Amino acid sequence: MADPGSVLSDLLTKYESEMLARWMQVQLSAATLRRDLMRDEELREQSRQFLRLFSDALRREGAALDPSSKSWDGVRSLLDEVSRDRAQAGFSPSETATFVFSLKEPVFEKLREMHGRDGEALGEGIWRATVLLDQLGLYTTEVHQKNREEVIGRQQQEMLELSTPVVQLWEGIVALPLIGTLDSARTQVVMESLLQTIVDTRAGIAIIDITGVPTVDTLVAQHLLKTVAAARLMGAECLISGIRPQIAQTIVHLGVDLNEVVTKASLADALGVALERLGLAITPQS
Amino acid sequence: MERIPILKMGECLLVSIQVDMHDRLAVALHDDLTSKIASTRARGVLIDISSLDVVDSFIGRMLGNIASMARVLDAQTVVVGMRPAVAITLVELGLALPGVRTALDVEKGMAMIQGALAPRERRSNGRPPA
Repeated sequence: MADPGSVLSDLLTKYESEMLARWMQVQLSAATLRRDLMRDEELREQSRQFLRLFSDALRREGAALDPSSKSWDGVRSLLDEVSRDRAQAGFSPSETATFVFSLKEPVFEKLREMHGRDGEALGEGIWRATVLLDQLGLYTTEVHQKNREEVIGRQQQEMLELSTPVVQLWEGIVALPLIGTLDSARTQVVMESLLQTIVDTRAGIAIIDITGVPTVDTLVAQHLLKTVAAARLMGAECLISGIRPQIAQTIVHLGVDLNEVVTKASLADALGVALERLGLAITPQS
Repeated sequence: MERIPILKMGECLLVSIQVDMHDRLAVALHDDLTSKIASTRARGVLIDISSLDVVDSFIGRMLGNIASMARVLDAQTVVVGMRPAVAITLVELGLALPGVRTALDVEKGMAMIQGALAPRERRSNGRPPA
């Protein structure tokens, strides 16, 4: 019996244009086709390149069909590129993997044509092709996922930079509306920007609003208290506002001591306290 | 040996630290301040550390000691002008200086001392505290 690698390779070389046409037909009729994200010509070009590199690799590799070996570098780098482009364009992982999996249909059809009634050879050929294409398909999924993780990491970094604005509410009063989870890295950024603003605006009172902080555990509370202590050392008083009822319960259950800090339910209340400390009041126009 | 000057302004003693603080200097300041508070019967001490880049745990503790000792001698201590980096360092060192009062700058620190002294003067005039 002929070696399955060379059978596949012969098949691809002999019927390249026919296979490409059939493959395109399969891909274009598939439910996972995303005409909104990718043009047909682009898909055709990718498919053509893939088929060429695929048959090259098969020819070089011979019997051992191991897509992680060196002969498959070309195919892998093409798949890298395809997955990356698709991940960025917003394809789902399965839509990306379908690019490779959809090649099965034309390949199997050809194998069936070629082997005719020789069931054993047909089974063997299909099995080898399946294993190979599955590995390549899963590889695209892996690359796709890795790309998505990179995007997530970059977004986290951007959020870290964006989410720590310190705003001046009044002459001598600054507010720090915290949004999102407070970890050590963010606390550091928050603390630095708060203290710098205190110096710049000569504010005597800083309000830390934690309405946007989803949960307060002991670590977050400790970070908050550190910020409060640092602001106090600078000569500014800190008020904490925006404590939701559930968070108040959590704080008490955890036994966190917030007695040294003035806490208020809403930012408006805290502003009221701050104005009072400065000897100011807001009155209606007569 | 160099010393940090202590200026007297009314009932207040004014200390402005303009040089790098090392341990011996801090101890000398501690001793000088104690005797000066006792001899001038000062009621307030204002320490300006706005030119200090580095405050280590020893200096931090010394500031706390000065405040406690001044309190024993019936004087208010206010530390003013701490830099953000210094404040973060002290907090990370676990030195939140609980007994020390702080203000943003000399002006606000002075107002704080005056404000704290005013009610006591009324009291010393024989009227009961409010």
